[in-house]
Amino acid sequence: MAEKSFPLPSDLKVVPGTEAAQAAYPYYTQFVPEDDGKFWFYNSMHFPEPMHHFDMITAEAAYVALGAFNTRVHVLPTAKGIEHRVINGRVYIGGVAVTDPAEIEERIGEFQQRAFYYYEHWERLYDQWKVKMKALIADAQALPKPSLPDYEPLETTHTGKGVAANHALLDIYQKQIEGYHRMWHHHFEFLLLGYGAYMTFFDFCKKAFPEISDQAISRMVAGMEAEIFRPDEEVKRLARRAVELAVDRHFTDNMNIDQVLADLDAVGNAGKEWLGELETSRNPWFNVSSGDGFYHYHRSWQDDLSLPFAALPGYIEKIKAGTNIERPTAQLIEERNQLVSDYRELLGTDEDRATYDQLIGLAHRVFPYVEGHKFYCEHWYTNLFFNKIREFGALLASHGFFGDGGVEEDVFHLTQFELESAIIDLMLAWGIGSEARGPKHWPALVAQRKAAIAEWAKHPTSPALGAVPDVIDDPAIVMLWGITRDNLDTWLSGGSEGNPNELKGFAACSGVVEGPARVVKSVAEIGRIQQGDILVCQVTNPTWSPIFQKIGAAVSDIGGSMSHMAIVAREYGLPAVVGTGTATQKIKDGQRIRVDGGRGIVTILDDVGMGQARVLEEV
Amino acid sequence: MNAVAWFKDVGIADRPTVGGKGGSLGELTQAGIAVPPGFVVTTAGFERFLAALEASAPVRARVAALDPNDLGAATSLSEDLRRRVIEEPMPAEVEQAIRAAHAALSPGGEPVAVRSSATTEDAEDASFAGLQDTFLWVLGADEMVARVRECWGSLYSVESMTYRLKHAIPEDGVAMAVVVQRMVDARCAGVMFTRSPLTGDKSVIAIEGAWGLGSAVVSGEVTPDRWVLGKITGEISVRDISDKHARQVPAPEGGIVEVANEDAIRSQPCLTDPQLLALREVGRRIERHYGKAQDIEWALDQDGNVLLLQARPETVWAMKDAEAKPIAAPQGNPLNHVMGIFAGGARK
Repeated sequence: MAEKSFPLPSDLKVVPGTEAAQAAYPYYTQFVPEDDGKFWFYNSMHFPEPMHHFDMITAEAAYVALGAFNTRVHVLPTAKGIEHRVINGRVYIGGVAVTDPAEIEERIGEFQQRAFYYYEHWERLYDQWKVKMKALIADAQALPKPSLPDYEPLETTHTGKGVAANHALLDIYQKQIEGYHRMWHHHFEFLLLGYGAYMTFFDFCKKAFPEISDQAISRMVAGMEAEIFRPDEEVKRLARRAVELAVDRHFTDNMNIDQVLADLDAVGNAGKEWLGELETSRNPWFNVSSGDGFYHYHRSWQDDLSLPFAALPGYIEKIKAGTNIERPTAQLIEERNQLVSDYRELLGTDEDRATYDQLIGLAHRVFPYVEGHKFYCEHWYTNLFFNKIREFGALLASHGFFGDGGVEEDVFHLTQFELESAIIDLMLAWGIGSEARGPKHWPALVAQRKAAIAEWAKHPTSPALGAVPDVIDDPAIVMLWGITRDNLDTWLSGGSEGNPNELKGFAACSGVVEGPARVVKSVAEIGRIQQGDILVCQVTNPTWSPIFQKIGAAVSDIGGSMSHMAIVAREYGLPAVVGTGTATQKIKDGQRIRVDGGRGIVTILDDVGMGQARVLEEV
Repeated sequence: MNAVAWFKDVGIADRPTVGGKGGSLGELTQAGIAVPPGFVVTTAGFERFLAALEASAPVRARVAALDPNDLGAATSLSEDLRRRVIEEPMPAEVEQAIRAAHAALSPGGEPVAVRSSATTEDAEDASFAGLQDTFLWVLGADEMVARVRECWGSLYSVESMTYRLKHAIPEDGVAMAVVVQRMVDARCAGVMFTRSPLTGDKSVIAIEGAWGLGSAVVSGEVTPDRWVLGKITGEISVRDISDKHARQVPAPEGGIVEVANEDAIRSQPCLTDPQLLALREVGRRIERHYGKAQDIEWALDQDGNVLLLQARPETVWAMKDAEAKPIAAPQGNPLNHVMGIFAGGARK
């Protein structure tokens, strides 16, 4: 192979005109000359878009916690944590490998005492984890909305409270930041160990069955009762209740949701009862982000009901037609067990069967965490977190911090540290009775950063930087990002060999379907999806699953064969290709495309986008 | 023992009298697999014919007395014996039995295939390939009988005789069965392996096929389409659709002829997905029946029905299995397996 390498970090230039916005990211995330000696890759999986300055906290808190658990809690023998840098709004990361054999040996001893304890007491520790997580969520929910009265309530003086309202702002903010960091620690308490057990089974299967598909392995491991299915189940329940309460006629395609809610409130007890059911479902199950939960603008169902409501008419129609829309859990479990035993039967020796039993047993034990944690962490907690910051945004906006046309969302253009300084500025001003300095300071910076993000989004960035390592053997990088030497070689070759109308991704669920592409960039657009369309979106997420009943196939930019979308697609028997990298850029809305979910290939067929979806291969 | 045995009445255990091919087709027929009907001219039929030959002049004794290194003598003996097998009269009861069976099999003059069906494992060895005669699209009883004689005669090819002498195979036990089977006018045909020929993976089924008769694929004259299917899951993970320039079809006067494929079908897959899945089902049934991986020849008739032409045990990977080590030794503590991931031991 010709000697090719990625650009060095120092080759990457800040886009002209955005230097100030770049400099505003924390100093420890700026590339320095020494970074040229290290291999970095663009974390497009978690951070596919230029980062708002506040949203960098997600990278920071996650890498603080991931590093601590790898390096010092579980003590992974060959890998420490993940370093991160940001340039032009793009997050690059690089692993810290342990290469000294003596150190690896020492760490193996530590790891076995620690990680093995987790594996051995997995169920108890996971139950305990859920208690901790729910308490953390309850703490976040209990944080009051930040506000500043003109005068302190009389109560403050009569009870001798001794603390004024401006102090509460700092208290709430710091508690919220602390809680977010704590959540990320919880997130990584089990994650690597869970993936490791899964990967061990995965590797065994790939050796025993060299041509087995990733999907087949995933299907053997996937959980059936996982939290990720619950939001969709709740939408089905609401559809069923609407029919039972005879209020189903209110739910139509492209309905005005506020109007529907008002109508239901006005039509008497049945309508009110359904609204009560909605409240039951919303808490907590609508706390699911319509993205991966890593950006403030990935809003939840809780904040935007359009996604679950878009699914209601379809479910209602099916229920009235007598179609069963329940998840056949017992049947799914039976199919999974059958798959596990069918593959087992193909193994050649008793030794292999014994090992297989040990490994699938371990994978089944750990997998509920791998599947379940996201609901609590990335969805529920993250949603509360960003909404709390939004409340600070609203408060600051109301005090003129973002200028005349300023809105609460502007707050996300401040780093977490800048936001704290703005809060202290406001605390000072409120206390002193003077003008805050913020209204003269922040509007220009917000405008500058808005422009920078828009500019950065126009510049594609190198998938990796620096010299390519011979092997990628950092288990965290392999497991969390699916980065292998093969990927890197493909990236180096530009991925351009072959048909320019062909996109490759992970084969998530087999079946071949042709149909019109519906390129959907946000939840606000889901009303455009018609029966039989092929959904093309950036982030695939289980929260989109209610619309799977409508679409013919699904394609995403991001995600692996174990991504939640892939799991859900298999449940719906929906052909899907995930992790194509560029589908939302290369495919135009309305173009006719072919999705081959068995091979992970999407083909752009023409520019016309006419005609009905055609099923070419049954799933 | 009759000179003729129908597929439905024989099984793999009858190999000594109906040969490997005949026994296998009988076994599949009995197992309810769709196999085009047919019969076997058994070794008993051959023995009676040979007895008639021996009565006029010695056969086996002359082969046994041959110097395997004397190519000239072998060639002239081969020519003489093969001529006699073709020309000398067949005992009436043998010929009548074969013709009666053919009349029942082919009442409207339907074409048949005539194939030699060797009786020993050795005989299926590649070095014995001279014995594997196949005549396709044979029309009429006279032609069929002539082809049966040719199959018998192949026992006396130079290669076949010298092979037996070099391996000290006693001439007395040497016999040949012949399969006569209704021929499928295949829309497409090919082979199927119930484990991967590339990696030996038992969890996949590899299917190759091309337009027309399967002979084009088996002989390698056409690059076939190729698919890999999950044996258990049915997912189609590989689809290599080739440019199939030609196909083999029946010739009007009997036999086969190669014709160019029309542009419209050259690069079209010769099987649909439902047909692939139907083939997979048949492959699984046959594998389950025998309890081991199989190499299978199949055809689709003009109505799209899947028909099985041949199944034999896969041998290459089966031999490797015997020496294979466990993938990972079981661990007293199953958790030790995860060290492969976390300590780098099992990384690719």
